[in-house]
Amino acid sequence: MGEFDWGVIWTYRASLVDGMITSLQLFAIALAGGIFFGTLLAMARLSRWKALSVPAAGFVNLIRAIPFIMAIFWFYFLTPMIVSKFTGQQGEAVGPFTSAVVAFIMVESAYYSEIIRAGIQSIPSGQPAAAHALGLNYWQSMGYVVLPQAFRNMLPVMLTQAVILFQDTSLVYVVALKDFLGAASKAGQLTGRIVELYLFVAVVFFIICLAASRAVKRLQANLAVAR
Amino acid sequence: MDWNVFLEQAPSGGKTYLGWLASGLFWTMAVSLCAWAIASVVGCVVGVARTTPLAWARLLGTCYVELFRNIPLLVQMFLWYFVMPEVIPTAWGDWLKQDMPYLLTLPFAAQFSLWEFTAAVLCLGLYTASRVAEQVRSGIESAPQGQTSAGLAMGLTLPQVYRYVKLPMAFRIVIPPMTSEFLTIFKNSSTALTIGVLELTAQSRQISEYTFKTFEAFTAATLIYIVVTMTVIFSMRALERRVAVPGFIAQASGR
Repeated sequence: MGEFDWGVIWTYRASLVDGMITSLQLFAIALAGGIFFGTLLAMARLSRWKALSVPAAGFVNLIRAIPFIMAIFWFYFLTPMIVSKFTGQQGEAVGPFTSAVVAFIMVESAYYSEIIRAGIQSIPSGQPAAAHALGLNYWQSMGYVVLPQAFRNMLPVMLTQAVILFQDTSLVYVVALKDFLGAASKAGQLTGRIVELYLFVAVVFFIICLAASRAVKRLQANLAVAR
Repeated sequence: MDWNVFLEQAPSGGKTYLGWLASGLFWTMAVSLCAWAIASVVGCVVGVARTTPLAWARLLGTCYVELFRNIPLLVQMFLWYFVMPEVIPTAWGDWLKQDMPYLLTLPFAAQFSLWEFTAAVLCLGLYTASRVAEQVRSGIESAPQGQTSAGLAMGLTLPQVYRYVKLPMAFRIVIPPMTSEFLTIFKNSSTALTIGVLELTAQSRQISEYTFKTFEAFTAATLIYIVVTMTVIFSMRALERRVAVPGFIAQASGR
């Protein structure tokens, strides 16, 4: 290896920034969707009705048993098929980004449902019983009593999972979506400067994730004091 | 749906598409087990280092864990495979890329070389070591501090305290989280497909590309993953019951 040429990063700054924006969009949508559907999945798993709890448990265990990349391939294959079945459109009805988003929401909702289930179970059962005695229905008891406390207890774990999710967004590389890593890889192929570009990607991820996990740790300490 | 596709003649490497799946499973297991060997040894050393009274050992351990935990696995895979040969002395890098692949031909219809395999094993092993280290550390820290004090008071040296008091206890405590770490490495081994290792996920995708039977190919791979995961969980449960430390509750999970 001869001299390094770090200028290549500046030359390709526009496409790298675009890639990072794609990564962040995917991260934000997957995080919101994962927490939303993860909460519903956790509630379904804890339901008294077998018709809800069994399929929810099956879905969560299935997703957790296969590699993330396998799940991405599955939803990348299934999403366009299912969408075109419903809309009647053929071919390019959904783009690669939509398929990736669906895959990430599905996988993250399975991961988050396990965290949220533990959070709900950490609330003493006397509380929902008291809520019921006061005349609150299931959704009121969940929305006003159980979930706010569960989320508070689970906040550090959920944020740690968010950092892992941000790292996992790089896996969309396998379906050739141009995220941050994909943009760097493309620029590397064009210029032959993969060493500089991959090192740059590693440093950027490292700084973001280290800062985020440090912040989570501080928050955890503060929450521990408040409790 | 056409499940007979797996009995059809495959164009290369193995006799049928079922042979491709078998080869994929073999290489998934080979990568996982070799990486696990690295991860458990390095992870134990780093985990122990983070609990010692030696400040420099703790610092080194913390740096290791933070470095490997905060870079995505896929990026690490590229660092080992693409970047490492370019930043070490030229002769070594050339050896890795040009000579190492011809040292031996990999068995079981592998369509990749020893160099891809080694890079994948190193990457997964050292990455998982950072996770194992955290489990070992919390296992050691979960035992009461009084045990260490008692050991030291009886005249044991610090290495002896680790050897006879702390580690035997810690290893029993960390077996359940280690099961889930092994399952993690098993699933994470699929990232090796990005550097050309044809493991199970890669083989199922290759079958789908050759035959257009995507649903069948993915279902077969998914079932194999589930069967291996279940087998590991059930056999480890039996072991966990035998070695569980009374008073310490820990449960294996599939994550």
